[in-house]
Amino acid sequence: MATYIPTRPLDHIGHDQKPPSPPQGGGDDGRSDGYPNYGARLRRARLGLICAIVTVSMVFISLTSAYIVRRGLPTYDAVKQGYFRDWGEVPLPWLLLAINTAILLVSSITMEGARRQITRRAALAPVQSIPGVSLGEEKNFPWLAITVVLGFGFLLGQWLAWGELKARGFFVNTNPDSSFIYLFTGAHALHLFGGVVAMIWAGVTSLLHRPVEARRIAIDVTAWYWHFMAVLWIYLFALFGFMR
Amino acid sequence: MATSATVHAHAPEGFIRKYIFSLDHKIIGIQYFFLALTAVWVGMFLSLLMRLHLIFPTASLPLIGEIKPEQYLSLLTMHGTIMVFFVLTTAPQGGFGNYFLPIQIGAPDMAFPVLNMLSFWTTFVAFVVMIAAFFVQGGAPLHGWTGYPPLSAIPQAGPGEGLGADLWITSIAIFCLASLMGALNFLTTTLDMRAKGMTLMRMPLTVWSWFITAILGLLAFGVLLSAGILLLLDRNMGTSFYVPLVVVNGQILGHKGGSPLLWQHLFWFFGHPEVYIAILPGMGVTSQILSTFSRKPIFGYKAMVYAMLAIGFFGFMVWGHHMFMSGMSPYSAFAFSILTMCIGVPSAIKTFNWLGTMYKARIRFQTPMLYAIGFVSLFVSGGLSGPFLAQPVLDIQLHDTYFVVGHFHLIMGVAAIFGMFAATYYWVPKMFGRMMNEFWGRIHFFITLLGTYAIFMPMHYLGIAGGTRRYSQYTEVAYLAKLQPIHQFMTYAAIITIAAQFIFVINLFWTIFKGPKASDNPWEATTLEWTTATPPPHDNFGGVTPVVHNGPYEYGVPGAAKDYVMQTDPAISTAGAH
Repeated sequence: MATYIPTRPLDHIGHDQKPPSPPQGGGDDGRSDGYPNYGARLRRARLGLICAIVTVSMVFISLTSAYIVRRGLPTYDAVKQGYFRDWGEVPLPWLLLAINTAILLVSSITMEGARRQITRRAALAPVQSIPGVSLGEEKNFPWLAITVVLGFGFLLGQWLAWGELKARGFFVNTNPDSSFIYLFTGAHALHLFGGVVAMIWAGVTSLLHRPVEARRIAIDVTAWYWHFMAVLWIYLFALFGFMR
Repeated sequence: MATSATVHAHAPEGFIRKYIFSLDHKIIGIQYFFLALTAVWVGMFLSLLMRLHLIFPTASLPLIGEIKPEQYLSLLTMHGTIMVFFVLTTAPQGGFGNYFLPIQIGAPDMAFPVLNMLSFWTTFVAFVVMIAAFFVQGGAPLHGWTGYPPLSAIPQAGPGEGLGADLWITSIAIFCLASLMGALNFLTTTLDMRAKGMTLMRMPLTVWSWFITAILGLLAFGVLLSAGILLLLDRNMGTSFYVPLVVVNGQILGHKGGSPLLWQHLFWFFGHPEVYIAILPGMGVTSQILSTFSRKPIFGYKAMVYAMLAIGFFGFMVWGHHMFMSGMSPYSAFAFSILTMCIGVPSAIKTFNWLGTMYKARIRFQTPMLYAIGFVSLFVSGGLSGPFLAQPVLDIQLHDTYFVVGHFHLIMGVAAIFGMFAATYYWVPKMFGRMMNEFWGRIHFFITLLGTYAIFMPMHYLGIAGGTRRYSQYTEVAYLAKLQPIHQFMTYAAIITIAAQFIFVINLFWTIFKGPKASDNPWEATTLEWTTATPPPHDNFGGVTPVVHNGPYEYGVPGAAKDYVMQTDPAISTAGAH
């Protein structure tokens, strides 16, 4: 064993002269004992989700910035030789949007129910596999299915809201406000639809008899994404409310 | 080497799963590399056409014919776009980052291999859509790589602004999605998949550079995506986000009240970090190579890390310096100017540390090292004109001249390309198991270095003399016609430099198929990719997981048997017990 001195001393050298502790830091690649390391996979999936949430947030932050800037801009009228504001407020179908908001909030609660249900199942899975051990009758409340239905309900509600706007004569190019309303709600609906697809995928995995831990990861990440969608919608709702 | 036994992952069999739709980060890295190599030849060919047109404006070129002014603008647009997105963003991060980030942190693959594959193929689709713009009615768009509206937002504005511009924006939007997927993967991999002992401050500076680049990408590309969607809506749905009341050919269009400046803000909020997305990986690989070939630890490792973080941080605060000409408030311009010059501080720290690393070193002047030194040279040459342009008063004089073209080509274009060349010569032995030809590598280096200076340095003089950029002909204006000899010189330099790139490509492909076999650690470097087989096995470390004990640049360690200590060598750690 070489006994040479490092050019750049390690942290523990010079402090206590104790034998070196095992190297710190670093991640786990999830393949240490031949079994998939679900804990590491879950952590990784959540980390990936945080990155995805950051980037979706950047999309909506930039759209908000465009919204605020565009709202404050005057436009030049060559005939009148002066500036005027062409913003044009859109009367929103507030009642419909409030019902939609309520649907989305309830769906967030049911999604949390699905997440906790699968977390409990994943935790109890090793115990249940012991012969003779029973945990009583397992509750199979269909949290996920209800959330999918509510998700589609929200999308249907948004569709109705767009129909209502059209009926009132506001199309995507009617005025800047209506452009932004369609843009924000459309972008949110698209992202939310992604969440519904993820939920359906998570449901399909349970039919495919995938390990409960794998299903748990899918549902856990989808649930956090779904909560983010609810928060994002409340933000948009507030933005529309405060900006008029 | 301390290791722990792990299950050996099996490589997929069958050509399609192994080489086309591969989940292996190494294959995906090589796919990105060759995509960028294809793109750079397309981009370079376009620049050759532009340079030929500038000195022979009425000449009829073989197969192409005479280049009309609007075609010149199409060439300019597509050259910039292809080079910035599909070369400068794709090769350093998607190519080398994909291949070496997991290996350098001791991971078997990226965190999300399927997403990684998806990310590459999405980039590929974006490239195909971009190239398709050449072949549709009207041809490629005219609006430059920055796509300023109203030109970019009005299909009637000119040939190429119809379907060609739609394809251009769509391609950029697809590219944004691909880059976001890539950034997400890079961040998760770096944060969560490091081997035991690979603390953040033991990561090679290459890993730091890819990590910081991924953060910038994650924050920046979403903004460009939003901006692109607004532009598509303005073009196709009749909205007025960017387009004010416009009259085209005597006809009033339906838009009113939009602000072209809104696009500029959103675009440059992405665009300036994009400059660092292009250059940071080059900084990382330069640090790595300078240390390895100087046989000395990198001078000021932590300072290098913090400098890169500072560059990334300030990169988000300076977008306004691209818009001094837009009539912004002098107070805003002042703030952007000061913040821009602040970036000079971490940049200078990096340059100082690179020079400090080489100071009094027994330098091995092999091709990767030559390119790394070339990177430093170009970074300084291109960087020094930055503080000039950061002054609003000077910028108003210089902004629409060749001075700016010279500045960004030196620092963002060629310096980043030199980073890629350095990385190619350095890592091809590991990637393909064969050594590149040293003699031809040096010939390639010297012609390319002198050639790039010959092309881009005169642009600064041209700009100071009032040589405007973006014009397709300079012969018809008296004072510009006098500058024509400079254009002739630059074109001949470009022809020679482009010809020299054949040396590189022939050397590369000859090496891949016929080159002499490389050992596992031909450069006697210390980082983890040099501890594994050449080329690395499917799971990178052949069924073992490396354990890291040292920093990445332990060269010239007193008392050691060799002048370098691998990151996995426990000897330094145990020295602490004595």
